[in-house]
Amino acid sequence: MTNEGVDNSKRQFLTSALTVVGAVGTGYLAVPFLAQMQPSVKAMAAGAPVEVDISKIEAGQLIRVAWRGKPVWILNRTPEVIATLKTLDSQLRDPLSQESIQPDYSKNPVRSIKPEIFVAVGLCTHLGCSPTFRPEIAPNDLGGKWKGGFFCPCHGSWFDLAGRVYQGVPAPTNLEIPPYRYITDTLIIVGETTGEKTA
Amino acid sequence: MKIDRLALCGNWILARFPLAKVWNEHMTHYYAPRNFNFWYFFGSLALLMLVNQFVTGILLTMNYKPDAKLAFDSVEYIMRDVHWGWLIRYMHSTGASAFFIIIYLHMFRGLMYGSFKQPRELIWIFGMLLFVCLMAEAFMGYLLPWGQMSYWGAQVIISLFSAIPVIGDDLSLWVRGDYVVSDATLNRFFAFHVISVPLVLVMLVFLHIVALHEVGSNNPDGIEIKKYKDENGIPLDGIPFHPYYTVKDIVGVAVFLIFFATVIFYMPEMGGYFLEHANFIPADSMKTPEHIAPVWYFTPFYAILRAIPDKFAGVIGMGGAIVVLFLLPWLDRNPVKSIRYRSGIYKKALLLLVISFIGLGYLGTQPATPELTLFARIFTAIYFGFFLLMPIYTRWEKTKPVPQRVTEQHSFEEQLHTLEEQLPALLDEMTELKPATTSEIGDPAFKGSFFSRRPNAEGILNVMTRAAKKLKESLD
Repeated sequence: MTNEGVDNSKRQFLTSALTVVGAVGTGYLAVPFLAQMQPSVKAMAAGAPVEVDISKIEAGQLIRVAWRGKPVWILNRTPEVIATLKTLDSQLRDPLSQESIQPDYSKNPVRSIKPEIFVAVGLCTHLGCSPTFRPEIAPNDLGGKWKGGFFCPCHGSWFDLAGRVYQGVPAPTNLEIPPYRYITDTLIIVGETTGEKTA
Repeated sequence: MKIDRLALCGNWILARFPLAKVWNEHMTHYYAPRNFNFWYFFGSLALLMLVNQFVTGILLTMNYKPDAKLAFDSVEYIMRDVHWGWLIRYMHSTGASAFFIIIYLHMFRGLMYGSFKQPRELIWIFGMLLFVCLMAEAFMGYLLPWGQMSYWGAQVIISLFSAIPVIGDDLSLWVRGDYVVSDATLNRFFAFHVISVPLVLVMLVFLHIVALHEVGSNNPDGIEIKKYKDENGIPLDGIPFHPYYTVKDIVGVAVFLIFFATVIFYMPEMGGYFLEHANFIPADSMKTPEHIAPVWYFTPFYAILRAIPDKFAGVIGMGGAIVVLFLLPWLDRNPVKSIRYRSGIYKKALLLLVISFIGLGYLGTQPATPELTLFARIFTAIYFGFFLLMPIYTRWEKTKPVPQRVTEQHSFEEQLHTLEEQLPALLDEMTELKPATTSEIGDPAFKGSFFSRRPNAEGILNVMTRAAKKLKESLD
């Protein structure tokens, strides 16, 4: 083998051209390989709205229903709880829910359509644990400042009974409120706003 | 005649494959320093654990079902109905914890004797990549039993990605393959745990060893044995890896297996540290266990995450705790490798690091109360202080002169002999005669025996104080 009579610029061009074609081809192939890890069409289609009968929920009681595999809480708040909520604003990070996810009709201080019925996705906005429901006031393990709320056992985040996050805890925003509407006074549907499905 | 045939057959292979060359280069003509102590067992033990995980892991896949509906029951099926299934599963689960104990000790050895320093930076980097891969492997493996801890542990760790600005939410969705941890997540974690990550691990082990054998092993004196060679080019302080260290490592393996078997047979759950109690309840996406904690080998990093009261900063802190380890070769500015010839500053700093790492590990297993969070913050500061202040404090160090050749240490037999000589005097000091009861008087077995004495608190305290002083002297 000798390098005599070799057109070096041609060789260089062919090497570069092959590299570029190879890189583009790899790039195209990477798209399906990576995209197959996205939620499948079936997973995206799941998540049908859930009807919940709320007539049996007593005052102060919380029930859990599954929506899109996530726990959704429905809490019947007593008038005392609603009164307490108004006194907490100074301790909260975002009392008016400017930064959190909720439908517009829940963007109010009590974060619900009807003040007594509170609906929320029961997953902490920090790292996705499901906080525990702790309605009692000033229990031993949480201290005198506790006015009833949701406590995340994983990383110690505090939320009030409207799912609003306290200051100085790891969770960045208030709990998410799913879209929901009342079919009748005692029947709500989670996952729908106005009869049509929302994303 | 038969021998000749065998030799011919051997030659046929040797002419076609560099078996003898590789064997010589990496075993019989690989010269390791002759002063290795017991800290040098952990490299070969890590390899043993890798083999253990491979063999038991492959056997487990024969009965395990990576399906959210079947996974939990298939693990119980392995435990109850598969012949010897319990043994294979406990070897695998205990093996994971043992692997991490070995790796942490192996890394600590590197910190003590400066094995990460020039010219071994790349060995350290490959080692750290191995550590990260091992953590990924262990994390994904922990989801497979599909218990409560598996589920919520995965939920928390995958949510870590969502703290990344802009792309975070889409990224964690892509990793999960669903809006919550689900069957899709389980199935892909199975694929990663069983195929992808093990392949990467094997490749990295190969690179780690190739890089090691290129520059040669460090040793407890932290000197380069290649500086002084005999007329054949063999290091004067080196001995062939085979047979000297292969045989020595077999002893290490035997001792290790005694501990390993004890755990497998008598305490496979290790009081909830190796297999957490909540993981014996099937995954429930509606309810998080009252107290969740990762397996013990992740708790130091988990405690750092919890100590920082901000989502993004917490994730950065947790990742940073691992990233600083990668930078170690460039943070330590002191050319002296071994702790034997370094100053008290480094010894104390290293001691603080060990205390804070173990402290964080403990705190990570506990619920986050305000007092414990304060401790976690202090330990986090010490942990990062050790690494980030290194460029400053390693400059001030007053080091001792480093020897040219490896030094003789008192052998274990000698140490044992000295202890044997001192033991009667120590026992006399730590105990006092107790008045004999009437029934014991006249019993020849009683008189002057160990049982006629009782512990003396003051004496024990004196002995312990002296031991502590001696320990401090040896460190300065």
